[in-house]
Amino acid sequence: MAKILAVTIIVIAIASAVPIVMHIWPLPQDISLHGHLIDEQYTDTMWEAGISFLASQILLAIFIWKYSKPAPNAGIKRFPGGAAALVIAAFVLVGTEVLALGVFGAKAWGQAYFTPPSADALPVQVQAGQFAFYFRYPGPDGNFGPIHPNLISEANANFYGLDTTNDQDSKDDIVTAEMAIPVNREIHLLMHSKDLGHSFYVPELRVHQDFVPGLDLSIHFTATKIGKYEIVCTQLCGLGHYNMKAYLEVKSQADYDAWLKQQAALQ
Amino acid sequence: MKNRYHFGAVLSAIVLLCCGALILGQKVNAAGEGSITGTVKLDGPAPHMKGIDMSKDPYCVKQHANSPAHLETWVVGSGGGVADAVLYLDGWSGDAKTETSVPVFDQKDCMYTPHVLALDTTQEFKVITSDQTAHNIHPLPNPMINVGWNQSQPPGAPPVTKAWKNPEVIPVQCNIHPWMHGWFVVVKGPYAVTDDSGHYTIKNVPPGSYTVKAWHEPDETQTQKVTVAAGGSATADFTFKAK
Amino acid sequence: MHDMSAHAVHHGAPTSFIRKHIFSLDHKVIGKQYYALALVAVIVGMVLSWLMRLHLGFANFAIPGLHLLSKNGAPGDIMTPEYYLQLMTMHGTIMVFFVLTTAPFAAFGNFFLPIQTGAEDMPFPHFNMMSFWVTFTGFVILMASFFVSDGPTLGGWTQYAPLSAVGAVSGPGQGTGVVLWAFSIAFFCVGQLFGSLNFITTTLDMRCKGMSLMRLPLSAWAWFITSIMGLTAFAVLMPAVILLILDHIAGTSFFVASNLVINDSLLPHSGGSTLLWQHLFWFFGHPEVYIAIIPGMGIVSHILITNMRRPMLSHRVLIYSMGALAVLSYMVYGHHMFVSGMNPISSLAFSFPTLIITIPSTIVVLIWLGSLYGSKLRINSASLFALGFISMFISGGISGFFLAQPSIDILLHATYFVVGHFHLVMAVAAIFGIFGGTYFWFPKMTGRMMNESLGQLHFWLTFVGAYCIFMPFHYLGIAGNVRRYQAFVDDYLIPLIPVHKFITVAALATGAVQLIFIYNLIYSRFWGAPAPDNPWQGTSLEWSTATPPPHNNFGDKMPVVYHDPYQYSVEGASSDFIMQTSPEPVHSADEEK
Repeated sequence: MAKILAVTIIVIAIASAVPIVMHIWPLPQDISLHGHLIDEQYTDTMWEAGISFLASQILLAIFIWKYSKPAPNAGIKRFPGGAAALVIAAFVLVGTEVLALGVFGAKAWGQAYFTPPSADALPVQVQAGQFAFYFRYPGPDGNFGPIHPNLISEANANFYGLDTTNDQDSKDDIVTAEMAIPVNREIHLLMHSKDLGHSFYVPELRVHQDFVPGLDLSIHFTATKIGKYEIVCTQLCGLGHYNMKAYLEVKSQADYDAWLKQQAALQ
Repeated sequence: MKNRYHFGAVLSAIVLLCCGALILGQKVNAAGEGSITGTVKLDGPAPHMKGIDMSKDPYCVKQHANSPAHLETWVVGSGGGVADAVLYLDGWSGDAKTETSVPVFDQKDCMYTPHVLALDTTQEFKVITSDQTAHNIHPLPNPMINVGWNQSQPPGAPPVTKAWKNPEVIPVQCNIHPWMHGWFVVVKGPYAVTDDSGHYTIKNVPPGSYTVKAWHEPDETQTQKVTVAAGGSATADFTFKAK
Repeated sequence: MHDMSAHAVHHGAPTSFIRKHIFSLDHKVIGKQYYALALVAVIVGMVLSWLMRLHLGFANFAIPGLHLLSKNGAPGDIMTPEYYLQLMTMHGTIMVFFVLTTAPFAAFGNFFLPIQTGAEDMPFPHFNMMSFWVTFTGFVILMASFFVSDGPTLGGWTQYAPLSAVGAVSGPGQGTGVVLWAFSIAFFCVGQLFGSLNFITTTLDMRCKGMSLMRLPLSAWAWFITSIMGLTAFAVLMPAVILLILDHIAGTSFFVASNLVINDSLLPHSGGSTLLWQHLFWFFGHPEVYIAIIPGMGIVSHILITNMRRPMLSHRVLIYSMGALAVLSYMVYGHHMFVSGMNPISSLAFSFPTLIITIPSTIVVLIWLGSLYGSKLRINSASLFALGFISMFISGGISGFFLAQPSIDILLHATYFVVGHFHLVMAVAAIFGIFGGTYFWFPKMTGRMMNESLGQLHFWLTFVGAYCIFMPFHYLGIAGNVRRYQAFVDDYLIPLIPVHKFITVAALATGAVQLIFIYNLIYSRFWGAPAPDNPWQGTSLEWSTATPPPHNNFGDKMPVVYHDPYQYSVEGASSDFIMQTSPEPVHSADEEK
């Protein structure tokens, strides 16, 4: 019975590793400038975690196999080095491992969060609400008009609560339901929520940030590959959470300019 | 034992009599009822109705591939007639429930059909979905007046049957498709909603003097006094101005 | 000291049915009541998970009769999106609170902590009784929310504000449902505070003669550490849920910011903080994970030692490691909030303790493995589940490497990777601990043996089944599959639906296997073979008393302890184990100092 358990554990451990090694369900492709740091960190962690996982499961299996049928009069044996050796091993091996992961991981994190957006980054605003994202481009004047929450009216398609009659800056603002950005241009994304907690997750872009009601947040990124991707919400926000998404279109500069012009005409 | 049967028989008789009286009473009323008719028009050019970007849900985009969707705040016919205005009698004190049909509020092509649903108090109505995408129907009444609800209808879901207890203008919205917006206009007594050319007819109006009230979204109302003769028809036309 | 305390709690054996079985002051009856509550709760929670999995694997699958449970939630027997979320929330709440906290901690702890410390009962038996009945009330309130007009809350067991705090306008169940949920949790907190207080004082004040703290078995140590965590963690959650209730019924705005708009209307709240809830919740929530798993570690160590016929390589190192886990668990809670909008520097600061917590976890696993080395391992249902626990704990724990790092969390946060991680390391591992504990202690608790063949069959099917369910979750997460979705409508998620089908089938099958356990439990309770006093040749105090133990645990004579708890395979001894109460001298060679 113990031997079957040992074999089962090893089979499960190896079977669990196969899809990872074979890349059957790989990470989504990376279309961002900063993403390779995250991906490298992920790969390093996968190596360390994978080896620890297989080693400890196999060790468990071997010990179960070996020590389950002792001779009737056999005494117990002591693990060489005893507990002290194991504690030292844990501190040295796992300690260095996690310290290394922590330090190198901090670099990837810092790249995403501790660098300011460049001065010529393109500002785009995103507003999350039950259960859709709406985006705002500042228009030719480069300024976003003020938001008046009491004017927000989805009924009248005034998703941002803009007062286009009185606010000069609001007049040329362009509000859209999909997000288009030029390729290879840094985007400075200004985020706020209209109602509840939501999240902005584009797996391909290696961008993931919650919306916090009452707090204006910003992130920045550069997309490097033209295409159509999905922005999804990952923060439970109610019954339509699963359906809260928008499309992200990464376009060439020319296509982007044309798109923006077309959207401006629709305002 | 005997007494009990006796009691039952008397009770049945009373119930039957009451029902009979009710039916007879209605017939008597119907004989003299008149109607109010008219047109609701818009003064000035039809305002521009903004297009709706449905790109969030590819199903909705597909449904509107050939007929771009736009807001339905002002739906103005060729002669300036305004659709979706609701006409009803102010201060109605007649029967508690004059309308007994069960109107349908459909979620079709990621829009509400009709955009405005007028209802008598306690009149039942059905919310159905014709779409292959999930909607949630979320009317937002004043909680002091009516009890709201919020319920999803995934594709193929059975109809939801509801009614409103008290008169109120209730906005209704789908949060999954935030542009989907409509109105339940709950009134007491007979009502009518204008058609695409702005015409309406309020039927089943007993003879007498009334104040006709015309409502158009979001909260504009106008009134006019009319007198309905037995079996006759009165006219009341209204003209709204777009803000 | 022990003498005085023992007198302080002395209460005679009750005679009436009600005082004996319902409002009992006896810690053993209360322990069994907790076990029964956990059993009912786990069945409800498991059925909920079946319904969810059916819906996820086979969209629009009509579940016959579901409309009877909720007319609005399942018209035509097909689950609506909100009903899925409501069932999910209830599944999480029931499992975390009423199963994973009550069974390994409150149920087994209540029954065995006083016996293992050599106490006659807990020091505050009335508090102990209230602890159960308050918890039970919490469960009834939670169940009641299934039957209110728009159903239970859909906000997830984490109940993030402002979704949880703004009322019915944010979704079905977010009005009355949330209030009931919050009251239920508040009651639960009170129950656990009473319980923790009793556990701590039992351990500190009620030990019998000769029972030093270091002579306590590892299971007793685990419950002791857990009760200290319970006292501090639930003391934070309770005020948090009270503030949440106030936001609902008193018009306050603790968790709701200004200027929020739903359905085109401005909410009447202002000035609250969204992140405040998350900080309060996770300050409880992360220790809670360890409240669920540390008793499992203690129980598994206890079972393994008995079945390896040797003490652990080091008794003290295991205790210190569990203590370190407990302390660190308060310092790592921010790893739930890496992308929450908290200052990114905090994310980094929380990531290091999170990584460091792998060190005590690794030490625990290595001590287990090192003790297996050269042991005389017996295979039975209890030891199989204990070994399964280790395997699950390793598998689930190692994915923590990923989630401890904020940069990788960008990829994996709120995906099924997290679901796989916590189900393996907390849920399945803890449940394996419960199963192990049940097979191990059932004879002592009921006086009858469980059926061994059925027990082993139960293990094999559950072990393989649990891996089939929870390993694929990791793959889904890596591919970016977001959790808490009732259907997968995003283009990039559609190719993953076959994996969900596989998981669903595995979950239904593994769930059905649990009927074997329930059958075994009920059958053995009434018709099992009578159990001897010490069926596993154990050494700790629970094996030195009668089976089942008398009302005051040890009969006329209070025990006296002469040894460290695990004197197995002692050289020169008359048998391969020496009971703690045996005055036989031991020339301790194996005990680590």
